[in-house]
Amino acid sequence: MSETPDNLKYTSDHEWLRLEDDGTVSLGVTDHAQQALGDLVFVELPESGSQFTAGDACAVVESVKAASDVYCPLSGRVAAVNERLQDEPELVNASPYDDGWLVRVEPDEPAALEELMGAEAYGQFLAESED
Amino acid sequence: MHEPLIFEHSQPGRRAPGLSEARQSALNLPAAFLRGDVPALPEVSELQAVRHYTRLSQLNFSIDTHFYPLGSCTMKYNPKVCNQLAMLPGFTGRHPLGPASHGQGFLSCMYELQEMLAAVTGMAEVSLTPMAGAQGEFAGVAMIMAYHRARGDDARREIIVPDAAHGTNPATAIMCGCEVRELATGPDGDIDLEALRQAVGPQTAGIMLTNPSTLGVFERQIQEVARIVHEAGGLLYYDGANLNAILGRALPGAMGFDVIHMNLHKTFSTPHGGGGPGSGAVGVNQRLAPFLPVPVVGKEGDKYRWLTETDRPQSIGRLSAFMGNAGILLRAYIYMRLLGAEGMRRVADFATLNANYLMARLASAGFQLAYPRRRASHEFIVSVKDLTRETGVTAMDFAKALLDEGFHAPTTYFPLLVPECLLIEPTETESRQDLDAFVDAMVAIRQRAFQDPEAVKAAPLTMPVRRLDDVRAARQLDLAWPVEQSA
Amino acid sequence: MPYIPHTDEEVQEMLAAIGAVSIDDLFDEIPDALRIDGLDRVPVGLEESAVSRLMQSRAATDTGSVSFIGAGAYEHYIPAAVWDVATRGEYYSAYTPYQAEASQGSLQLIYEYQSMMAALSGLDVSNASLYDGATAFAEACLMAVRANRKTKSRRVLTTRGVSPLYRAVANAIMAGQGIELVELPNRHGVVDIAALAEHAGEDYAAVAVQQPSFLGTLDDVDALCDWASANNSLLIGVCNPLSLAVLKPPGQWGTHGADIACGEGQPLGIPVSSGGPYFGYLVCRQPLVRQMPGRIVGRTVDLDGKPGFTLTLQAREQHIRRSKATSNICTNQGLMVTAATIYMALLGAEGLRRNAQACHHNTRRLAAGLSALPGVEQVFDTYFHEAVLRFDRPLEPVLDALADAGIFGGYPLGDAYPELGQCLLVCATEMRTADEIDAYVETLGRLLSDSRAA
Repeated sequence: MSETPDNLKYTSDHEWLRLEDDGTVSLGVTDHAQQALGDLVFVELPESGSQFTAGDACAVVESVKAASDVYCPLSGRVAAVNERLQDEPELVNASPYDDGWLVRVEPDEPAALEELMGAEAYGQFLAESED
Repeated sequence: MHEPLIFEHSQPGRRAPGLSEARQSALNLPAAFLRGDVPALPEVSELQAVRHYTRLSQLNFSIDTHFYPLGSCTMKYNPKVCNQLAMLPGFTGRHPLGPASHGQGFLSCMYELQEMLAAVTGMAEVSLTPMAGAQGEFAGVAMIMAYHRARGDDARREIIVPDAAHGTNPATAIMCGCEVRELATGPDGDIDLEALRQAVGPQTAGIMLTNPSTLGVFERQIQEVARIVHEAGGLLYYDGANLNAILGRALPGAMGFDVIHMNLHKTFSTPHGGGGPGSGAVGVNQRLAPFLPVPVVGKEGDKYRWLTETDRPQSIGRLSAFMGNAGILLRAYIYMRLLGAEGMRRVADFATLNANYLMARLASAGFQLAYPRRRASHEFIVSVKDLTRETGVTAMDFAKALLDEGFHAPTTYFPLLVPECLLIEPTETESRQDLDAFVDAMVAIRQRAFQDPEAVKAAPLTMPVRRLDDVRAARQLDLAWPVEQSA
Repeated sequence: MPYIPHTDEEVQEMLAAIGAVSIDDLFDEIPDALRIDGLDRVPVGLEESAVSRLMQSRAATDTGSVSFIGAGAYEHYIPAAVWDVATRGEYYSAYTPYQAEASQGSLQLIYEYQSMMAALSGLDVSNASLYDGATAFAEACLMAVRANRKTKSRRVLTTRGVSPLYRAVANAIMAGQGIELVELPNRHGVVDIAALAEHAGEDYAAVAVQQPSFLGTLDDVDALCDWASANNSLLIGVCNPLSLAVLKPPGQWGTHGADIACGEGQPLGIPVSSGGPYFGYLVCRQPLVRQMPGRIVGRTVDLDGKPGFTLTLQAREQHIRRSKATSNICTNQGLMVTAATIYMALLGAEGLRRNAQACHHNTRRLAAGLSALPGVEQVFDTYFHEAVLRFDRPLEPVLDALADAGIFGGYPLGDAYPELGQCLLVCATEMRTADEIDAYVETLGRLLSDSRAA
């Protein structure tokens, strides 16, 4: 079973989002996603400052046998990227919701966050997709 | 067995025979252009090099040493004579830019090869220049796009690709500047015609199909597929990966395909060489003929010559500096002359016989087939997903255990839509005894999976190395012998 | 039946196991309208001895001439050991080394090849090969467009010293993606560095230069490299690998070195063979490796901690990444790389240096001899192992007459370089003896004076 913390928002592409105190939104891949991918060997991150439209691919997570795009469900500007992942992609496996965050976005419309799934809905989504 | 790197055999000042120093002196060039250091290449004797690379060769599986039932790869015997004759000094010594008047021997072989390949595929014309299947695909899609552009039909930018397709299909479409639309496969392995009708439209440039498909079955509705795509204004591309299954039995041209690439390193038995060279000749019907990549060999009277951009102004251009993998094309030519029309039909007959026999035997031994109600083409799919659920032994474990039994593994985890699959292609050149021995090995591994799954998961144990740490290989990249370590 | 092992009895037993009556039954899923009874327009099969006679006679048709053509394919001596070992069945008939445990021979050899190419080029990482020099150049340009994060430009600025054949191929391959080559004018066979100022501030993903150029000349690669870097462009070097034994390698160009190098691997032990199979090499700086197309081998350890080799970074490739792969390339030129690796091991840096010097001196001797003839002049003074000669008359009849005398005189440049009309590119590798060179000079002298007298 994978973890789905209560305080986060989720997407059907298995990304999580968290509104931070400074108004930015952190984004990463869920525990379920990192388990499905297996040991990550590389994370490709965007340039800080680049602009994304909701639904754009903003990062790539790569294991030995697969590479997956990570989609940004919000429009906005990249405020920061997790530089540690350049040398330690395994952080995404070890700590998907904390040390393994990917990017921090300044959203154009913070309210859009509320339209995403909560932990319970995502848990349900996972259960259904396993059937 | 461990063989050190060639660099570890190196000693400063040691040399193999070569040019004696006496014949030359330093370069007559300004110092700014010259190299100051000496590149760190190994310094070994001829015997050391010969022994090292011979010993390395012995760490490989190959067709010459092992049964190689690798699905979609057609690992058939490569006749020795094809290599020997293609390496005749008259062929290897000919400069590609030498005058055609002094290359009539080579050009006549190429012209006849074009004619024979057109005949066995039912196409109007053939260009031999693409250097691999993927480059043949590129040529094909580029010609489809050139055709639409020439008609002012610029909106057609979408290439339809079945979900079971080889990864080169979508990658090729992108290289040609197209968009890719995936098409679902029906439960019996045929294309979902309703989905196809929904998919086509004024944006459709074409569809890329393999027939028999990568699922190991013949697409029975191919004529209807062709009608739907053509009526929508698109063209049909035939990926020749599985041409071995129908050689002399059916013609892609008659199925409605407009363009085809052939993998000469599969169907026409040129070597796989540990990864290449391949050769991806393309054939087209009349409407695409003006767009063929150049050069093509033409014949005027009894003389052969290159046809270039001047003769073919609408050509998609050149895909290689000269004319593709010429020496490989010679091997395919020699193979086709050895087999002749009868021998080529036997290829499909016995490849199909071997595949269906192997499929029947494995099914009766309890293996689960992906398409049990279908004929196998020249290959078929076994899924071990039930075994995985019960014992934890995966298709990958099965593949590794086969190595210990002295068989190369089948293709695993392709096509992607069949879970825990083994795609098995025996080819026509394997004997019944070898097929039976393979069945015995499969059965033995299956039994072991139930009795002692950990033993299967530990395989291979008899290879030069055990399973390798792929994660470490990708995280801690070590892609070249460090210069400071080479003595 | 050639290469089919089945006896009639076995066929019957196998059909019985399948539950079919005849082999025809096995094709019953093919619609009747599509089934054929045989192949027209294909000759009957021949015995091995007959095919052998046929091929011997065809090969004999093409022999007997002495070639002074280079232009991207070079005739060098290949030690007997190279192809004797490379065509061992264990290399020749092996598949791509996806099953690493059963392919350590090919994998270790490719790792050694990658190491040798890195050493020759002065760059960090090599792939396991591309099809040929021309497609390697195209892939290098595509790679630069992807890798250059400082610009979104889809243009590559190239010298006209990059082989016209390579530029044609790159244009054909890149056209669909809207990536274009912009050509820098030539002056005296090389780029006029001062004229680069006109392009300053323009946006290019990369600058490409061939060293030595197609014309045999040498560009100021240090200045080009620094100019590219100052303009946020990557630098692609196209090099004959033999020349890297003696000329400054791309990794040492300018202040920071080139970013990508590529070229034709044929001079490393591959016969000229009517144009193929050859192999393209591609090397780059380490940070660009994930944008590199094609297979790459890495060294790692097995479950017991023992060193071993495996294909790595496969998530870049089409079989995993499908439509988002770095390239559609799958099959490469593995067998050619096998031969090239053995060739480099046998020659070593010293052997390559001697060959490079011998080619240089032979071509100088040839160019000096030919340009001493009335009506022939040497166009450029500084060159590696190819020289450009200008004639006072159309080349075609001269080259035809030479060919009739058993001499391939060179490559006429007029089509690709209109400014070099009636110019011929000649090359004399270490294979050409002093007698052959002298015979060319003497024959051409006679032809020119005969036609003058006529």
